[in-house]
Amino acid sequence: MWLIDSSIGRKLIMSITGIFLVLFLIFHGTMNFVVLFSAEAYNAIAGFLGANWYALIGTKILALGFVVHILYALYLTFQNQKARGSKSYAVKNNQKGVEWASQNMLVLGIIILGFMGLHLFQFWSKMQLVEISHKLGCENAGNLELAKDGAYWVRHYFENPYYSVLYIIWLTALWFHLTHGVWSALQTIGASNNIWLPRIKVISNILATIIILMFISIPVYFLLGFSI
Amino acid sequence: MEKTINITLKIWRQAGPKAKGEFVTYKLDNVSTDSSFLEMLDVLNEKLISERKEPIVFDHDCREGICGMCSLFINGHPHGLDAGTTTCQLHMRRFKDGETITIEPWRSKAFPVLKDLRVDRNAFDKIIQAGGYVSVNTGGVPDGNAIPISKIAADEAMDAASCIGCGACAATCKNGSAMLFVAAKVSQLALLPQGRVEAAARAKAMVAKMDELGFGNCTNTGACEAECPKNVSISHIARLNREFLSAKFKD
Amino acid sequence: MAKKQDSASVDTTIDAKVPAGPLAEKWSNYKAHQKLVNPANKRRLDVIVVGTGLAGASAAASLAELGFNVLNFCIQDSPRRAHSIAAQGGINAAKNYKNDGDSVYRLFYDTIKGGDYRAREANVYRLAEVSNNIIDQCVAQGVPFAREYGGLLDNRSFGGAQVSRTFYAKGQTGQQLLLGAYSALSRQVGKGAVKLYSRYEMLDVVIIEGRARGIIARNLTTGKIERFFAHAVVVGTGGYGNAFFLSTNAMTSNGSAAVQMYKKGAYFANPAYAQIHPTCIPVHGDFQSKLTLMSESLRNDGRIWVPKRKEDAEAIRAGKLKATDLKEEDRDYYLERRYPAFGNLVPRDVASRAAKERCDAGFGVGNTGLAVYLDFSDSINRLGEDVIRARYGNLFQMYEKIVDENPYKTPMMIYPAIHYVMGGIWVDYELQTSVKGLFCIGEANFSDHGANRLGASALMQGLADGYFVLPYTIQNYLADQIQVPRLSVDLPEFAEAEKAVNEKIEKILKIQGNKSVDTIHRELGLVMWDFVGMARNKAGLEEALTKIKNIRKEFWTNVFVPGVNADTNIELEKALRLADFIEIGELMARDALMREESCGGHFREEYQTPDGEALRNDEEFSFASCWKFNGEGEDPILLKEPLEYEFIKRQQRNYKA
Repeated sequence: MWLIDSSIGRKLIMSITGIFLVLFLIFHGTMNFVVLFSAEAYNAIAGFLGANWYALIGTKILALGFVVHILYALYLTFQNQKARGSKSYAVKNNQKGVEWASQNMLVLGIIILGFMGLHLFQFWSKMQLVEISHKLGCENAGNLELAKDGAYWVRHYFENPYYSVLYIIWLTALWFHLTHGVWSALQTIGASNNIWLPRIKVISNILATIIILMFISIPVYFLLGFSI
Repeated sequence: MEKTINITLKIWRQAGPKAKGEFVTYKLDNVSTDSSFLEMLDVLNEKLISERKEPIVFDHDCREGICGMCSLFINGHPHGLDAGTTTCQLHMRRFKDGETITIEPWRSKAFPVLKDLRVDRNAFDKIIQAGGYVSVNTGGVPDGNAIPISKIAADEAMDAASCIGCGACAATCKNGSAMLFVAAKVSQLALLPQGRVEAAARAKAMVAKMDELGFGNCTNTGACEAECPKNVSISHIARLNREFLSAKFKD
Repeated sequence: MAKKQDSASVDTTIDAKVPAGPLAEKWSNYKAHQKLVNPANKRRLDVIVVGTGLAGASAAASLAELGFNVLNFCIQDSPRRAHSIAAQGGINAAKNYKNDGDSVYRLFYDTIKGGDYRAREANVYRLAEVSNNIIDQCVAQGVPFAREYGGLLDNRSFGGAQVSRTFYAKGQTGQQLLLGAYSALSRQVGKGAVKLYSRYEMLDVVIIEGRARGIIARNLTTGKIERFFAHAVVVGTGGYGNAFFLSTNAMTSNGSAAVQMYKKGAYFANPAYAQIHPTCIPVHGDFQSKLTLMSESLRNDGRIWVPKRKEDAEAIRAGKLKATDLKEEDRDYYLERRYPAFGNLVPRDVASRAAKERCDAGFGVGNTGLAVYLDFSDSINRLGEDVIRARYGNLFQMYEKIVDENPYKTPMMIYPAIHYVMGGIWVDYELQTSVKGLFCIGEANFSDHGANRLGASALMQGLADGYFVLPYTIQNYLADQIQVPRLSVDLPEFAEAEKAVNEKIEKILKIQGNKSVDTIHRELGLVMWDFVGMARNKAGLEEALTKIKNIRKEFWTNVFVPGVNADTNIELEKALRLADFIEIGELMARDALMREESCGGHFREEYQTPDGEALRNDEEFSFASCWKFNGEGEDPILLKEPLEYEFIKRQQRNYKA
């Protein structure tokens, strides 16, 4: 199967899952952004995405996207390490113009993944997971009322400045990951040429920045002493 | 006017493909800043020979930046720090008095070291043999002007074709990927009507061979383009991806 | 091994086997009547091709396409690195796409005239004939030639011609043509029709019953000496310009295959004809390892000059004055002054000698005084810097890297350097040497350029030989070999040749003297440049012969080569090549001394017109001098191939009007 056997096939999988995750981030970021203006609206959207089967299937696909993206990343990195050979350079410098992020995607990915564990524990496990568990008849899976009040959890965690700072670190890593990831995904599917290559890089940076600004505005908002 | 500098060289010495190599340090005084990097190594070799030692083996041939034979990894960069330059075009005026210069061979699984700084780059030939050509025999071809080709396409094909096959791209890539090399050839021929006919088959065959030979996966870091002595653009990699993917989806 | 012969007892004229008939029909007639090999038999015939430059790669690919079983050898790590790759300017063809009056005849005529009437008419006509096929072939291979906005092929003009017939791919034409041939070769390697041996160096040709039947080659990585059989051997190993130590040739370019063939009975023809290229970057230090050529195409838009007054030249040399300080009226555009019709586009030998004349007279610039200016300010003013950058950007960049001066702002400095040799192994019309089954193609043979080669003609000749001539003519020979089985490499002839090679290597390794190979090579180079260079005379050549004899002695008693044979040994490789350069140096001096006339690249100071132009002597020297090896330590025998001009009237070359 060429999606597994060939280098460009494997890259295509990285690219497609990456683009898919970016789409998710755009959605998730927009939704979060709403919380700054109206907790009710936020809760309404969250409720809509709560325990209905469509949302659940969506979640599963999303999770699958993550898993594939991560597994392929590990596989590719393993292969690339092998291709590098057993001896490494004693002195190795990067030429100007090589993005730092592009050389450290795996490290950034691992940081993102680690924080994502925290994030899932703090939010998903208190919200969608609780709702599902209740639906499946598990009564003592958590507070169903609070699970439906996403804004509560946002307030709950971000009022602690340590969490806000942690989230800012996480989102910074994600920003770096995206600045390279977005244009790289487009390059991999062949969507550039001499003229479009620099343009795509700029567009990617703008997109990554908008996404991260939407996310990061919440912890920053709390750090500045505001609350929702 | 001519100036001279004193330098320290840390050079990788390895007796053979299976031998364990090590860095050896040499001091070299009064190096003319007008001399090329390879001429500096010639002077060092002459010195070693005068001490009845074996000279350092390194690849070089045309010494004017076109044959692609020279291949040194100098202070962390293939072909040294200067952009758009082969090792043989690098001059000593780019180094400071008292500087320590580290010289290593290309390091990549697909380019095993043969001796000292010399590596085996046959893998590149094998990739070309897998499909880096237009299948025409000698004779029986149409007139050169029979098919007009837009100047823009011809110029872009020329930019891709200026690849000298030195291997700096794969040597510097943190993934050991040969994508820029493969892309340059695929892109050149895909841009020209003569090569267009077999573009799909060519992309598939060359990528398959590249993978088989143990080169890594491209992650679009762009290090290859930044270090390419001929400034071949990674936009050719995008074209290769396009050619390859559309060929696979058509199958 | 050739036996010693008394020169009086042999017939000293040679027959080139030129087919009969009118000039324009010779090649067609030849092809129509030659013997061919049928497809089934082709598979049973092995051909060794040594070299993977334009000639070697194109020949190996074409022969394999026809069905022959080809063994192809190259000294570099990949066939793509052969020195043809460094040719910059372009390739000639008589396409007449420009509608400026070009034709096969005109290309033929220009080549004969450019070669100062010392080339074989029939070969040159054939070259001009097939030149058009080469362009078609290369376009079909995907060579990205420069094009005009309408999509058609572009041309530029070159020295020695009044038409624009030069096709080019930026300043990298040689690279692109070679990569085209390399791709054709790679296709055959991929199919298994060509077996490729890279990092192998030919060390001898094996002769069995008077026919070339194989080679001895050294694996340059392991040092192993190996034997290879074939029904015919084709050698395309380039020129021997590195005899001068400093030349524009690549570091491994060598004349060893030529010497091996010569010592096995192939004639060495016109060794004295070496081309000094006018536009090279001047020598700048003792450490220098090679010279860098700047394409002749620069002369299209650059104007060559030196200061008009000696004081100015002296001031420039002392660093007190800059080129840009000199006013227009203080500059001497000596080529435009001396040759109004061709101006800066006179042939290479003329341009080179004119530069030497000015520098010798004290008008040279640069800190050594051995340089002249090549100035682009007029063209930049007229066309704009962008146009000049598009045309020569890579050359300007190359210049700036080496010299550290910006040629868009200050004029380039150039000086002549050894670049190409017209001389080489003698071949007949079929490109076969005087040894049966041994063929020689490209720069390695002597055939098409006479005493001087025009710019953009080397690529043309290499590819003509490899694509369109040899694949035909070799069949005329191989057709008679179909009964010959694949011979064993255990035959005594192979063993003997290998033994001789091993003995030579052992001998060199045992000397353990005090001089490095490069030291001795430099000494040889100086002698060659001083006495066998751009201007030669009897006394100097005689002195050179004595000096070269001493250098040979020095080499064989005092060279130091470290390491062993059975390993990568770069010093041993160089030593083997130097031993042969010494032989070639001697042959060049001998030939130059014998040729008491000036023609093309061979300029004898005793024979010049009152205004300093080359003076030929057609009465006595209208022949190709062919040197036949006569045993080690013996003087070679001079044989002559008379050059008869049936179709062209010989004139003194005139580029003035």
